[in-house]
Amino acid sequence: MAKHVIDPITRIEGHLRIEIEVDDAGLVEEAVSSSTAFRGFEKIMQGRDPRDVGLFAQRICGVCTYHHYERGVQATERAYGATIPPNARLLRNLIWAAQYVNDHTTHFYQLHSMDWWDVIRALDADPVLATEVAHQYHDKPYNASESHYRAVMERLLAFAQSGQLGPFAGGYWGHPKYLLTPEENLILASHYLDNLAVQRLSAKASAVFGGKNPHPQSLVVGGVTSARDALDAHRIAEYQFLMAKSMDFVERAYLPDLELLGRRYQEEALAGYGGGLRNYMSFGALALDELPWEQSTFLLQPGLVIDRDVSTVHPLDPMKIGEEVAHSWYTYDGDETSLHPLQGQTNPAYEGFNDDGTLKTEGGYSWIKAPRYDGMPVEVGPLARFMVAYAGGNEAVRALMDGYTDKLGVPFSFWGSTVGRTVARGLESKLIGDYLPTLIGQLTANVASGDDRFFHRYTEKDGEGWAMGEAPRGSLSHWLTVNNGTVGNYQAIVPTTWNAGPKDSRNQRGAYEASLIGQPMADPTRPLEVVRTIHSFDPCLACAVHILNRDGQEIALHEVEV
Amino acid sequence: MTRRRKNGKVDEAERAPDVTAREHYEMLAAEADAHLDWLESQRPLKDVTLEGMLRRRGFSRRDFLKMSAVMTATMALPPIFDLRIARAQELATRLPVIWVELQSCTGNSMALIRNSNPGIDEIVLDLLSLEYAEVLMAPSGQAAEDVLEDAIERFDGQYIAVFEGSVPVGEDGHFLTIGPAGETGAAKVEHVARHAAAVIAAGTCASYGGIPAARPNPTTALGVGDFLRTRGISKPVINLPACPVSSTNVVGTILEYAMFGRLPSLDAYGRPLWAYGDRIHDKCERRGHFDAGEFVEGWTDIEGMKKGLCLFKVGCKGPMTHNNCGVVRYNDGASWPIMSGHGCIGCSEPNFWDALTPFEVPLAGRVYDIPFFTDATADRIGTVALGVAAAGVVVHAGATAVKSASEERGAKRKGAE
Repeated sequence: MAKHVIDPITRIEGHLRIEIEVDDAGLVEEAVSSSTAFRGFEKIMQGRDPRDVGLFAQRICGVCTYHHYERGVQATERAYGATIPPNARLLRNLIWAAQYVNDHTTHFYQLHSMDWWDVIRALDADPVLATEVAHQYHDKPYNASESHYRAVMERLLAFAQSGQLGPFAGGYWGHPKYLLTPEENLILASHYLDNLAVQRLSAKASAVFGGKNPHPQSLVVGGVTSARDALDAHRIAEYQFLMAKSMDFVERAYLPDLELLGRRYQEEALAGYGGGLRNYMSFGALALDELPWEQSTFLLQPGLVIDRDVSTVHPLDPMKIGEEVAHSWYTYDGDETSLHPLQGQTNPAYEGFNDDGTLKTEGGYSWIKAPRYDGMPVEVGPLARFMVAYAGGNEAVRALMDGYTDKLGVPFSFWGSTVGRTVARGLESKLIGDYLPTLIGQLTANVASGDDRFFHRYTEKDGEGWAMGEAPRGSLSHWLTVNNGTVGNYQAIVPTTWNAGPKDSRNQRGAYEASLIGQPMADPTRPLEVVRTIHSFDPCLACAVHILNRDGQEIALHEVEV
Repeated sequence: MTRRRKNGKVDEAERAPDVTAREHYEMLAAEADAHLDWLESQRPLKDVTLEGMLRRRGFSRRDFLKMSAVMTATMALPPIFDLRIARAQELATRLPVIWVELQSCTGNSMALIRNSNPGIDEIVLDLLSLEYAEVLMAPSGQAAEDVLEDAIERFDGQYIAVFEGSVPVGEDGHFLTIGPAGETGAAKVEHVARHAAAVIAAGTCASYGGIPAARPNPTTALGVGDFLRTRGISKPVINLPACPVSSTNVVGTILEYAMFGRLPSLDAYGRPLWAYGDRIHDKCERRGHFDAGEFVEGWTDIEGMKKGLCLFKVGCKGPMTHNNCGVVRYNDGASWPIMSGHGCIGCSEPNFWDALTPFEVPLAGRVYDIPFFTDATADRIGTVALGVAAAGVVVHAGATAVKSASEERGAKRKGAE
């Protein structure tokens, strides 16, 4: 059995390390996920003005920027008992939606797609044939012409011939688990380059009402400041135009590419590779009213699916969330194994690496804690949101998921895989894009009716506050206490904490680790399969930093479908 | 001969008395030509051409020259530099760049790919030989490490090292480890910087420690420049703060380096004067309202917000903040925080997370908490002068605010909660 260390995992936000052990049959037998950076946001937040929390929290992550901002502001709103008017909620929705589409497309093309297509093989493509292939997946495929494909090949060739591949240097090119034909590789390569330009449009759209992106700056506790933009028809039209262009790319490039991937990588999906945990959780995506979380209606509902049983959605109780540190580089005071975030602690206790440079897996081995829902490990993210919504009978989600599997002629079990996770992200982009006209229509109608409220007064007071919702990569919650007018305790449980966390006190694995167990490795020294599966979760490690827990020994192989 | 300049004007105190501004710029231009000639004699590291790049993007040569002229103006250079900026871009294929992430949120990398100046930023980034950039590169693990080591070896002493994020030195540096051997971030910076020609700190964390260094600084995070000084590495460091950095400022700094092969004129905090020489307040689109004493009085003051009045009373830190946001804006000119009605939080100032908070409270009447650095080299003397100037601004702004409030009390005041 050989141990392989993959650090840094690139094309992610932040710093991630994966160690795998591969058995004689070439299957991953043990997998360890570690976050190797710590910044201590929870401590930095203490003693601050609660109204500043959103701007501080936003700096947790520059990729899912905005979401921490909104959640931080909402946590304070809850502590103050503050509400927001409909215009403010709609503007937050619009920034949220643009950021989601930006995040999903950037993640897929710039951060993840190179796990599926091979730049070197794209050079063998026939551009005429590639045009035909592209037309099999859409009537009007994006930028699909012989001359365009030739130009793309020229550009890739320039990289290859110079011997300096730039960002393509040192990839696992030629790996046997790249399954696309040269033409298919060329189509994806072409869209990779296209999206470098297209993704700017959705970022710009979010900046129309957010001031800038990354790190928008137009939310305050009680409302939104970009009233002037919202009251200007030109600005609304600008947003609409930018998003229409972005969604055009989703329709004519992203979705066809996902159908192509699903067909080529079908066997991997049906074998369940990368499926991992069987529990999925969502905190509810895109609140469609201004009510408190527990009374609110969402575009994608909150809930829990257990053991992939999509006949039932289990309701969520925020008080059943706990974080463990048995395998994390933290300690808790006293004998507690699990703490609710409102009582959370962040006491770093670094234990270092083994002498051979590997993680001390019997003890703490990551800067991330292990969050659990009612003691259960769960997966979060686009696939989880879709599983919960599907189980809840969401018609749009059912149409998208069933439509996709029907087209490919595959069973529902397709979704419990790395491929399924990657496809769900794209379908979600479409779902959000389809809902945009409704949101824009509501804002326009509301403003036209003479409603110019963007802020509600509030009274500052001490108490507990929290906010739960969905960031592109999964469930995000912020928790704080306000004491004597300043922040007492602050904890953020971010999507990547749920997914990338280490084992808990009962040795249950988190989603990353579980998804790697049983994965056949064609060549462990070129771990394409591992990188592909980890990327399918859209890691965002700077967020996740705090977690891990020690308990060592045998780790139960647990809830893994191989 | 002096090379200092600020806002297109030669700093009179710096310019030799017998040299006119025109002669000064002619000398600068000659220096640029000499360096560009040298750069041209170097081997291109990438087999891409500007022509091909323009053709693919549907830009004409004329478009390109126009964009170059805009960039020249942004960089506070006179028009005789238009063609030199264009040439610097053509020669960017000869500049190797290594981009390393430390204690960061990746926001600065994201700012670059969502850059605000699509034509030119895109072209430069495509032409540059980006040898290592974690957020974009295909390989992971040892393969990624190999790419980095190979680049350091091949371009020893020639590459520009760009760092994003702060350097934690607490816990022996173990708050951040990178690579299969679990090397600390601190060791990585030392190694990469030692072999670099110049260092760019992109964003406030890399420049001054940023949010990880905010009170109580749990990981003992430092800015890259301060960290290198503690290790006795005297590399030229250019700080490009802001959260995140404006891509135009990154690209401009790289072009300036391509043109002159040396550091631009920097302020006391190591920021290029062409980008950070003015305060937000100086070029603010709402400045007229400040001077007229017209303020948004609170977030319920919807009339004031609709009119786009000055945001000082809801906490805008524009008067203490040095950057060109109001001119360059963000995301292809879509907006910037003051346009979106929020006000500036001072994100390109050292220590702003502690010194300029609470963000919604005006700084009038408060003393600007000047950050002091561990060392006291000559270039820090300016720090104090700048701090005093900033405090002066506060007093000025405070006086205006008070006057306005007393004049308008009752009639217009809506209360700032």
